[in-house]
Amino acid sequence: MQDAGLRRPGLSELFTGFLLLGLTGFGGVLPMARAMMVERRRWLSEAGFTDLLGLCQFLPGGNIINMSVAVGLRFQGARGAVVALLGLILAPSAIVIGLGSLYARFQDHPTLRHLFAGLAAAAAGLLIATAVKIARPIWGRAVPMVIAGLFFLAIAVLRLPLLPTILVLAPLGILATWWAGRRKEAGRAA
Amino acid sequence: MTGTLLALALIFTQLSLLAFGGGNTILPEMQRQVVEVHGWMSARDFTALFALAQAAPGPNMMVVTLVGWQVAGWPGLLVATLAKFGPSSLVTALVLGVWDRFRDRPWRKVAQAGLAPMTAGLVAASAVLITEASVRDWALGAVTGAVALAALTTRLHPLWLLAGGALFGLSGIGQG
Repeated sequence: MQDAGLRRPGLSELFTGFLLLGLTGFGGVLPMARAMMVERRRWLSEAGFTDLLGLCQFLPGGNIINMSVAVGLRFQGARGAVVALLGLILAPSAIVIGLGSLYARFQDHPTLRHLFAGLAAAAAGLLIATAVKIARPIWGRAVPMVIAGLFFLAIAVLRLPLLPTILVLAPLGILATWWAGRRKEAGRAA
Repeated sequence: MTGTLLALALIFTQLSLLAFGGGNTILPEMQRQVVEVHGWMSARDFTALFALAQAAPGPNMMVVTLVGWQVAGWPGLLVATLAKFGPSSLVTALVLGVWDRFRDRPWRKVAQAGLAPMTAGLVAASAVLITEASVRDWALGAVTGAVALAALTTRLHPLWLLAGGALFGLSGIGQG
C-alpha cells in the first residue's frame, strides 16, 4: 500500500514523530496524528490512515496508542512498534509525574486544595461533554439506547465489575444490533 | 510490595484488554479497583489524579501511570504502565497481520456497530462517577456544568476550560 509520494520513516523519525504528537496533543490526539502522518510527513495516504484507524478503533486500547504500534510495526517491525509507543508516552509520563508530585506536595495546602477541586470539577465537565458527543449518534434509536442504558445501570448504579458485565452484555448488544439491522432491511424489502 | 505490584499488573492487564472504545470506558472499573476493592486512595484523590492527567498533553490514559506511581512509586509506575499499554498493543500487533483478511467481512461491521452502544453507556457511567466524586458543593457543580456546556457549544481549547475551572476553584467561592 506504499503509494507514490509516500515516505517510509526510519526508527528515529518514528520516535520523534510520536514524541512531538505526545507533547502537543491535548484531549484528542487523533486529528493531529492525521495531520502529521498524512499531510506533513507523508507516511500514509488518506485511505491508508483511515484503514489503520478502523483497526485501532475496533480493538481494545486507546486509538492513538494502537495507532503508534500499528504504524511502527508496519514500517520498522517490532522495534518500530516499541520505539513509536515509547516516543508517544515518554514525555506525557514525565509531565504527569511532575504534576503528580505537585499534587502530593500541596494537596493539603488550603488555597491550592481549592485549585485542585476546581480543576477536578472542570475535568468532570469535559467528561460529560465527551459522553454527550459519544451518545449523539445513538440518540433516539431504541435498541442501542437500551443497550447503552443496561451498561450504565450495571456500572454506574449497581457498581458491578466490568469483566462479567462485558462478557454478558457485549454479546447481547451485538446480537440485538444485528437483529435490529435485519428487521430494518426486511422492512425496506417489504 | 510484591503483592501490590502483582495486583497492579493484574488490574491494568485486564483493563487494557477490556478498553473497547478507548480509555474513558474503563475509568469506573479503575476507580472501583483502586478505591473500593484495594483502598489505595480516596475517590477524591482518584478524581484529582484523573484531572491532573487531563491537564497534561498526550494520550488520555496517562492517569494509569499516575495511579501506579501514587500506589507503589517508580516500580508501580513501570508495572501499571506496562500492564496498561502492553497487552492491547500486543493484540494490535497480532491483528494487524490478519486485518486485510477480515476488514471487509460483514461480522466485523456487525461487531463494531454492536459495541458502539457499550462505549456510550460506559463513558456516561464514567462521567457520572467522576462528577459525583468531584462536585462537593454548588459552586463546583456550576464549574462542571459551565465547562460541559462550553465544551459542547464553543470551540474553546479544553486546556482553557481546565484552567478556568482551576482559577475559579482558587478563588475558594462556595468551598467551605
